[in-house]
Amino acid sequence: MQKVPVSLWTLLVGMIISPISIWIGKHHHLLPIQASAQAPLVDNFFNVMFTIAVALFLIVEGTIVIFLFVYRRRAGDASDGIPIEGNLALEIFWTAIPTVIVIALGIYSVNIYNQMGGLEPGSHPHHIAHVSGTAIAATMDNESKSSSNSLHTPAANIGIGASPETQNKPADLVVNVQGMQFAWLFNYPETDINAGELHIPVGADVQLNLSATDVIHSFWVPQFRLKQDAIPGVPTELRFVATKPGTYPIVCTELCGGYHGSMRSQVIVHSQEEFNHWLTENQVAQQNSPQILAVNPGDVSPTEFLAPYVENMGINSQIIPSFKSITK
Amino acid sequence: MTSSEFFPEIPTNPPDQSQQKTLLVSHTSHQEPWKFKDYFTFNTDHKVIGIQYLVTAFLFYLIGGLMAVAIRTELATPDADFIDPNLYNAFMTNHGTIMIFLWIVPSAIGGFGNYLVPLMVGARDMAFPKLNAIAFWLNPPAGLLLLASFFFGGSQSGWTAYPPLSLITAPIAQSLWILAIVLVGTSSILGSINFVITILMMKVPSMKWDQVPLFCWAILATSILALLSTPVLAAGLVLLLFDINFGTSFFKPDAGGNVIIYQHLFWFYSHPAVYLMILPIFGIMSEVIPTHARKPIFGYKAIAYSSVAICVVGLFVWVHHMFTSGTPGWMRMFFTISTLIVAVPTGVKIFGWVATLWGGKIRFTSAMLFAIGLLSMFVMGGLSGVTMGTAPFDVHVHDTYYVVAHFHYVLFGGSVFGIYSGIYHWFPKITGKIMNETWGKIHFVLTFIGTNLTFLPMHELGLQGMPRRVAMYDPQFISLNQICTVGAFILAISVIPFAYNAINSWFNGESAGDNPWKSLTLEWTTSSPPIIENWEVLPVVTHGPYDYGHQQDEV
Repeated sequence: MQKVPVSLWTLLVGMIISPISIWIGKHHHLLPIQASAQAPLVDNFFNVMFTIAVALFLIVEGTIVIFLFVYRRRAGDASDGIPIEGNLALEIFWTAIPTVIVIALGIYSVNIYNQMGGLEPGSHPHHIAHVSGTAIAATMDNESKSSSNSLHTPAANIGIGASPETQNKPADLVVNVQGMQFAWLFNYPETDINAGELHIPVGADVQLNLSATDVIHSFWVPQFRLKQDAIPGVPTELRFVATKPGTYPIVCTELCGGYHGSMRSQVIVHSQEEFNHWLTENQVAQQNSPQILAVNPGDVSPTEFLAPYVENMGINSQIIPSFKSITK
Repeated sequence: MTSSEFFPEIPTNPPDQSQQKTLLVSHTSHQEPWKFKDYFTFNTDHKVIGIQYLVTAFLFYLIGGLMAVAIRTELATPDADFIDPNLYNAFMTNHGTIMIFLWIVPSAIGGFGNYLVPLMVGARDMAFPKLNAIAFWLNPPAGLLLLASFFFGGSQSGWTAYPPLSLITAPIAQSLWILAIVLVGTSSILGSINFVITILMMKVPSMKWDQVPLFCWAILATSILALLSTPVLAAGLVLLLFDINFGTSFFKPDAGGNVIIYQHLFWFYSHPAVYLMILPIFGIMSEVIPTHARKPIFGYKAIAYSSVAICVVGLFVWVHHMFTSGTPGWMRMFFTISTLIVAVPTGVKIFGWVATLWGGKIRFTSAMLFAIGLLSMFVMGGLSGVTMGTAPFDVHVHDTYYVVAHFHYVLFGGSVFGIYSGIYHWFPKITGKIMNETWGKIHFVLTFIGTNLTFLPMHELGLQGMPRRVAMYDPQFISLNQICTVGAFILAISVIPFAYNAINSWFNGESAGDNPWKSLTLEWTTSSPPIIENWEVLPVVTHGPYDYGHQQDEV
């Protein structure tokens, strides 16, 4: 053992651990599928951290196990170990390496977070009137007339906003998302459609304006890797591009009461044609039943109010009467 | 080898000590050891108070553990079919509250801190013994308030008690919960003042600052942190209490209040609270590892200063609990970087302990096994902590089982393992009896397997999309949840050999002698259990607390 220099051992260990960690970092199946433009950014970032973590884990745990074996007390040995009290060079080394790693990760975080749009929420030009897109006009229109939604205040500047490429451009589709015990309501201001599920076209730049009527909720789509709390009195937003058609769960991740776990919905990512079809179908359907549009949540009992959404919420209609606390 | 070889007693007191000694001896009214009933009274002996803290905390650990069993039983199936979802939330809330405020904090700081700090620095008691007793006696009523809250439904808004949920759910129970936390917070502040003064002012004059045991450095850092942060929590909770009961609207959004302010007030304390729960444990590690590896601690100064560094940086990381809340992007970035920096001093400690093992003669006692178990699992918790300390990734895993996995690796794999390690290590000092090693090893194996089985799969659950604090979940997660539930049952069972061992050893155990581990810190220079006021004649420090290997020539 004494013959082999430490540097050679270090090299050997490095040659074994590096490929193992890199391979694990690329081939773990820990994360769900990627369905938004941000998801690959988050995943690549996670994979880098995971690779470093696996390497550090193997090195530290391996060292512990080896030391435990090599330096175990032999039977009958009552003596002490070698009186080594420290080694300045080694201590500087293992302070410097983690420092470099965390600073690099910190800079990388800022870069990734900026690409995700985390530094630009609220930068979308709400006030520009000449934009031809109807989405903006519809948003403003909706804000002025949504009297039932008293807590909805304008211009969120918290959340995930425009990515650097879409900055200063209005989103293709704006959806107002309202969290309440224990359901999500989706309002399409442009077409005045209300839904209990989120329908969006693939590839479109979608902006969700999040609000909450009662307590804090949190909007999470694991496949999008995006989450933002919906907070009473504090408007927030999530802006993203869905990249893969399919149906994904919407999960509430902020404790919101007894049935927090059942506050689930779905986001359905359509092709553009499918989405247009869905829009027309719902516009027709909801115009034929005007009482749904005219509903003021303040005037009806929770049971009546939630009845249309029972199916979408994935819960049994019998438990609705137990949501009494909403009225408080 | 006896303790007198390590710490030879000087026949006459050095002049600088005599004054202190006469002063302290004069108020010793009775020298007979305490009777059983004395442990149930308002007693000012720091050792009695330490034991009171440890035993009370352990009882609450059992209660909090039963709540965890109920939670995991519910989660064995995706539907809410075992207990009512509101009761589930009450269990979940009080499990967290009890484990933090009535188990880890009081046992690690109140229990070990009170018992050991005066013994380790060579003092006859804490600086303010009556204050110390008052601090302890605030704990039982706090626990009773929490238990009483179940008659009113139990507080159901999580241990974080975020408004508006906490304002509208079970208001009486929530108010009792607030009062309980304010009581233990007050206890923590009183205890911290005592520790700071005792460590700074009352160490024996012969002890130099670089001979102060690392456990005392850790308690000093912990106490300063508690003094700085606890009042902020109390302020937040009092405002919440006013909102619930007296019609104010600090946190009512529809009346001009702001719910985000509460989160800042809460986490300004409650992130440092994480360090309150782990720094004393790091102190225990720094005592147990050198003793049982028979090696000086590697890098005494680095480990002492890193406690202070964690304490300082730890005050500026709280927003990482709010990365998906009402926080602007720049704030998320600032706190990402400050959070990442905490990894550095923590890493210094881990590497220091691993290096302490190098060249040692490791004795695999139960105390050492739990310390090594802690080391291996804390690495896991630390690495997952770095990943979710970054805002871009936390946006995915925040409030999921990934977080639950992380903090249980740190708080169960870390703090609870450290408390167990400390109990096995100091049980001989506290009781004069040694704990049975076979039962200790059974306890360790069950706990180690149970911990990893319960908490490892939770990482995957969180990454795949399971939120935390739910009574019902998507059926796709059922198999991993069942593994967690089996692990939790093993953990519940693992307490039985420990409790049996502790009680049986206390009454029927082998006599330990004054210093069974041949440890070099001052608490081992007195009898086991120590006499009232700790020493006949105060010891004189002639060497450092971890000078293992230096004495071999003399032996």
